[in-house]
Amino acid sequence: MTRTQDMSQELVDQVHQALDNGTALEIRGGGSKRFYGRPVDAAAALDVGSHVGIVNYEPTELVLTARAGTPLGEIDRALAAEGQMMPFEPPDYTGSATLGGAFAAGLSGPRRPWAGSARDLILGVRLINGQGAHQRYGGEVMKNVAGYDVSRVVTGALGTLGVITEVSMKVLPLPEAELTLELEYDRTAAVLAVENWYRDGFPVTGSAFHNGCLRVRLAGSASAVEAASRAIGGTEASGGSDWWRDLNNQKLEFFTDGDTPLWRIALPPAATNLDLAGERLFDWNGQLRWLRSSESPSTVRERAQALGGHATLFRGGNPTDDVFHPLAPAVHTLNKRLKQAFDPKGIFNPGRIYAGI
Amino acid sequence: MASVYRKEDLSFTVDRDRLIRELGAILPGEGLLVDDEAMRPFECDGLAAYRQLPLVVALPETLEQVQDILRTCHDLSVPVVARGAGTSLSAGALPHPQGILLSLAKFNRILDVDNARRIARVQPGVRNLAISEAAAPYGLYYAPDPSSQITCTIGGNVAENAGGVHCLKYGLTIHNVLAATMVTMEGEVVHLGSEAPDAPGYDLMAAITGSEGMLGVLVEITVKLLPQPPARDVLLASFPEVEAAGRAVAGIIAAGIIPGGLEMMDNAAIRAAEDFVHAGYPTEAAAILICELDGNDDELADQVGRVRELFREYGADEILVARDADEKARFWAGRKAAFPAVGRISPDYYCIDGTIPRNRLAEVLARMAELSETYQQRVVNVFHAGDGNLHPLVLYDGNNPGEFERTEELGGKILELCVEVGGTVTGEHGVGMEKINQMCVQFEQGALDQFRALKAAFDPAGLLNPGKAIPTLNRCAEFGAMHVHKGQLPHPDIPRF
Repeated sequence: MTRTQDMSQELVDQVHQALDNGTALEIRGGGSKRFYGRPVDAAAALDVGSHVGIVNYEPTELVLTARAGTPLGEIDRALAAEGQMMPFEPPDYTGSATLGGAFAAGLSGPRRPWAGSARDLILGVRLINGQGAHQRYGGEVMKNVAGYDVSRVVTGALGTLGVITEVSMKVLPLPEAELTLELEYDRTAAVLAVENWYRDGFPVTGSAFHNGCLRVRLAGSASAVEAASRAIGGTEASGGSDWWRDLNNQKLEFFTDGDTPLWRIALPPAATNLDLAGERLFDWNGQLRWLRSSESPSTVRERAQALGGHATLFRGGNPTDDVFHPLAPAVHTLNKRLKQAFDPKGIFNPGRIYAGI
Repeated sequence: MASVYRKEDLSFTVDRDRLIRELGAILPGEGLLVDDEAMRPFECDGLAAYRQLPLVVALPETLEQVQDILRTCHDLSVPVVARGAGTSLSAGALPHPQGILLSLAKFNRILDVDNARRIARVQPGVRNLAISEAAAPYGLYYAPDPSSQITCTIGGNVAENAGGVHCLKYGLTIHNVLAATMVTMEGEVVHLGSEAPDAPGYDLMAAITGSEGMLGVLVEITVKLLPQPPARDVLLASFPEVEAAGRAVAGIIAAGIIPGGLEMMDNAAIRAAEDFVHAGYPTEAAAILICELDGNDDELADQVGRVRELFREYGADEILVARDADEKARFWAGRKAAFPAVGRISPDYYCIDGTIPRNRLAEVLARMAELSETYQQRVVNVFHAGDGNLHPLVLYDGNNPGEFERTEELGGKILELCVEVGGTVTGEHGVGMEKINQMCVQFEQGALDQFRALKAAFDPAGLLNPGKAIPTLNRCAEFGAMHVHKGQLPHPDIPRF
């Protein structure tokens, strides 16, 4: 049984106090992604980590609702006990990540291109906005078009639009079987091969490429995994599912070795070579490229943008620089107005995504 | 019927002659309709009970014309209602009496189908099905398939976050649209979303998808395409009671199977459909489930076997697996024709669109039967069982005085019941004008205030689709005063109908 504690009234009170005092708040859950984004200019912290507990979980509805501070590990265990999982595989870099933080950051793991992202799986939130109003948006049903889709708008907003206090999300059955195959491939050919396996109806749920080696994860019914592995060939990879967890949680040597800045570059499917110096690791069948590089931020961004993508300075580098890809002026204006609409006094995580937002 | 707009929705002062003059300079010839007869086809959408002529109908062909029209309307403070094919079932495209109706019908080109990237770039007036047809040569398709997909446009789909019968496995519009070009009410062009995952900044695609034309006008949309599954099977199971069918749905999901489609019909719907299309449905069954499974051959054979077993375990008295493509099409034909089939047994029908947690289905059906009794209107049920989306069809005869009003009130009660059991007033049809009062039941004032602030971030002047989707304070105050809680009428002695 998970720990349960409802701190919502305290959180609302603290937001009202901050509004009265005109002080900004840094929202914190488990602190596992504090490095992500720009440094926050706030006088006080708002700790959501003690607002915990699974509020509702009905496996046959494929929906789980929990308070924002609930550790991801607890949710994983509760789901696994019923043979289910969070299909978007939120990363947990330190073992302390919370559900609220997972959705505030909006990061998704290796399964994303085939199973959807954090924002694809969210169904509803409770949110304290910048007026101190604690309200529910969305709900616990799969289809819901009543009102604007606030749940998805606050996903990935890194707390700058409000304090997520509770999340309802879609969950899915754990696959009956899983197998990771390792194959030697040319990079371009690897991306194409995985795409073709997917089109053949094989249950691809991971495709990573590093140092000439393609790892492809198959997960689904035993018969589907069996049929796919017969068709694909290669050898069963050492490490199996642990390797994907280490990739997602950045425990692989690629991530831990040295302090060269780590770039997260998102690209359209089947994009060509980025042509940047540094070590590379592909996830999401080439749509997510991790790059350890000392190239100048403007060069990295130009290259990413030229291919229709965008680049995030994920770890390292100069923290006061832009972390996220700069927005076109008209889009930047809409972002600013949206921030105003949710947090008119600018009390939540000021500056975390862009200076002035 | 009386205007469904409220006084505060009609506070615009528009000089129609000047508007016609200025729009005429932007739209030569046939691009501007001003005569009542020419505008008549635009006076309502798929919810024909609500009708209203706009001041003018504008049919632009170019991005620049859309920009100029919006700029002009912005400068003159003229409301704008955008429209695709007009298939909305919630009066989302109902014209505003003081505004223009902006038809995107001429934006009907598929700009690019990119096989390698599995994406298509299309204009908003392209029909939903046309995208899948253009992608078919590559073995690809566009997943969301609302029942109106032959006619409805992708622009309208984005505005409503349209669903369909394959949502549980393949998602709604929001999950299948990557990027869009939007013109703001001020006439500025903005590019939202990205072909790459996780576009930087706030998720503006999420804000505009399902926003019912309240935030901007889309002029180009990029959608994701999916590979057609290598194989598909369709099962038809009949149950002696509705509850058993409901339990079978939960059982399939508990077994870890996510069907491509999972639909339920009650006895009245089965009979109407069978009479109409002769799908081979068992007319004595209390409920049927239509279950579509897809995947590669091995997986499919496996799943069909398991679902068959589960149906038997949960009390199905007949289980059929379609033997060939014709039979698959026939099993679906009855479900897909359910609405017109009901149209044959009743002069009029009213389609409701609530979503509930599936485990409350039996209770909701029982209470709907009570409501049907109270209001003396028959209700026929079709149900996207996989994702909990109910479509009760209330039968009525619009020629009988008072019957539409009674039907509308019954519909409102059914939606309130959906909210009470933890669901929502609209799963996929949108709020529009139709369900705007029920928004006051589903959301508290603080949430409605937040919605209004979000709207103002995109459309500070409040000119896009005014009076729809998000109720005003006054509307909720008035509706709240009339609202009946927990079956207690404020004046039980006064006959209501």
